[in-house]
Amino acid sequence: MRLVNFIAGRIAVYVMVLAVGMTILFFVPRFAPTDPVDAMLAKIAVQSGYMDASQVDALRASLSDTFGLDGSLLEQYGAFLRRVFVEFDFGPSLSMYPTPVMELISNALPWTFGLLFSATIIAWVLGNFVGLLAGWKPNSNAGRAMEGLAICLYPIPYYIVALILSVLFSYVWAIFPLTTTIRGAPWSWDLVRSIVWNSFLPAMAIVITTFGWWIISVKAQTQALKEEEFVRYARLKGLSDARLLGRYILPNALLPQITFLALQIGLMFNGSLITEIIFDYPGLGLLIYKAVLQGDYNLLMGTISLSIVAVATATMIIDFLYPLIDPRIRHG
Amino acid sequence: MRALFQDNPFRLYIGLALLLIVSAIGLVLPWFTPVDPLEWYTAPRNQGPSGAHPLGTTSLGQDIFWLLTWAVRNSLILGVSVAFLSTLIGVFLGLTAGYVGGGLDRFLSFLMDALICIPTLPILILLAALFGGQLSLVAAGVALVVFNWPFPGRQVRAVALSMREREFVNVAWFSGERRSRILTRHIFPYIAGWSAANFINTVLVAIATESALAVIGLSSASQATVGTMIYWALKYQALLGERYIWIGAPVVVIVALFIGLFLMSSGLAMRSSERRMSI
Repeated sequence: MRLVNFIAGRIAVYVMVLAVGMTILFFVPRFAPTDPVDAMLAKIAVQSGYMDASQVDALRASLSDTFGLDGSLLEQYGAFLRRVFVEFDFGPSLSMYPTPVMELISNALPWTFGLLFSATIIAWVLGNFVGLLAGWKPNSNAGRAMEGLAICLYPIPYYIVALILSVLFSYVWAIFPLTTTIRGAPWSWDLVRSIVWNSFLPAMAIVITTFGWWIISVKAQTQALKEEEFVRYARLKGLSDARLLGRYILPNALLPQITFLALQIGLMFNGSLITEIIFDYPGLGLLIYKAVLQGDYNLLMGTISLSIVAVATATMIIDFLYPLIDPRIRHG
Repeated sequence: MRALFQDNPFRLYIGLALLLIVSAIGLVLPWFTPVDPLEWYTAPRNQGPSGAHPLGTTSLGQDIFWLLTWAVRNSLILGVSVAFLSTLIGVFLGLTAGYVGGGLDRFLSFLMDALICIPTLPILILLAALFGGQLSLVAAGVALVVFNWPFPGRQVRAVALSMREREFVNVAWFSGERRSRILTRHIFPYIAGWSAANFINTVLVAIATESALAVIGLSSASQATVGTMIYWALKYQALLGERYIWIGAPVVVIVALFIGLFLMSSGLAMRSSERRMSI
């Protein structure tokens, strides 16, 4: 029963996130100081030179449709929601006409997902492992050094780390590529090697900026748990350190770490956008950036709506890991 | 070194020292600028450090040292204003939700959870695109407040919720004190420490987000912030031209500022969690 309540509550929050997010996306263009359609048409006119009147009218109709500017406000809102959640259709890309926006997004999404997923796993496992040991022996030199390192790394923003890495390993000691170029036939080793090679620095940037936090928080958890009576009792029983850490402390310390992971996904997504732009990595971040530079509003609305849906979904999936680890929710 | 990570006050002192240095750069020095450092070609271009220009000059003929002081000032003003408003709104709504409870609490909790899950940067990028490619500092600040008040809000709500069941609050209630007085006199003191920690953390988040936007060229280019300084340096190939001070100076300052802010906020949070335990 408790599990059902937990899942139902979580899904309610998910629906609320999407509702608030989409409402913001719906109203923001309507409060912009300039009419986005006119601004857009002016920009296209400058870029493409001469356009005849019928072309301009067709574009205006397509743009009004993108922004959902036809009909009353309520009708517009309904149409907007339908497009995002039912039809998954954001129209054609304006800068890469007539490729549909959804096609561009579905090409970019695996890159962002792969980069963020692998970097997060590496950082989370590494950070929790180091933090656990540091918290177990908090007064050892290694424990102190690790916490000091974490305190210095955690507050540094993604783009700074990304910049420093690209300067060090692409300019000064040029062992990694400065921008991303993926080569190789599909399903070949060359392709895999090329992907790993090109993703290494962006992934490192995300790992370095996030793993400090995992060290800091799991270390604090471990130190507090060590003083708990059940751990003291287990130690008096003569259990080995490995068993104490693995069976008594680790499961309890990991619980809040999963909550933190869910809370941090949004921030990490922001970070991966910037990292992708700096390394020219072909994911969602680069696509959003291109859409802004080229004034491609169809692409912009599509990518940003999808970012919100993606982050909300990822957060919910992580929250669903909770009952797997916490028996109190499972058997309540 | 030993006491540094063991003793919270020490952590606070180091953080405070870093913050004082950066604040001196950003809040005191800008008053003494000889010329408007934003103005192009007021100095010879691409100079190394010298007596007249302590950190050299940019490719646009600006003095890096004075430009940096203005950049730090604007970033600090943005961060502090966003943090002030977010904390104010967050504490107010968090207290209300936690203390009043019921339907209002459920609605506010839902709203806070939802806003926390929405990634800020894409929304700011959309705003920048709609505002013609660049987002003014005021608009960026307003958007940051909208997405940052739920962080203090959630925490304050949790504290208020647990305080509602405490004996002394009940005593105050039964002796006929008004609700507003109970909130301000009895509950707020317990929230003050958390709010201070949150405030400092929000300063950090606001400055970091604005400069992320600036580094990709979507923040106001007519204002100097630490982020826009990095943007111009990258745009004019400061790295290829080996003009490392131009890009290095804002990077060093931002790292010092963030470590200082983080040490302060985590030190304060630790202190208030100790205090809460000891009640």
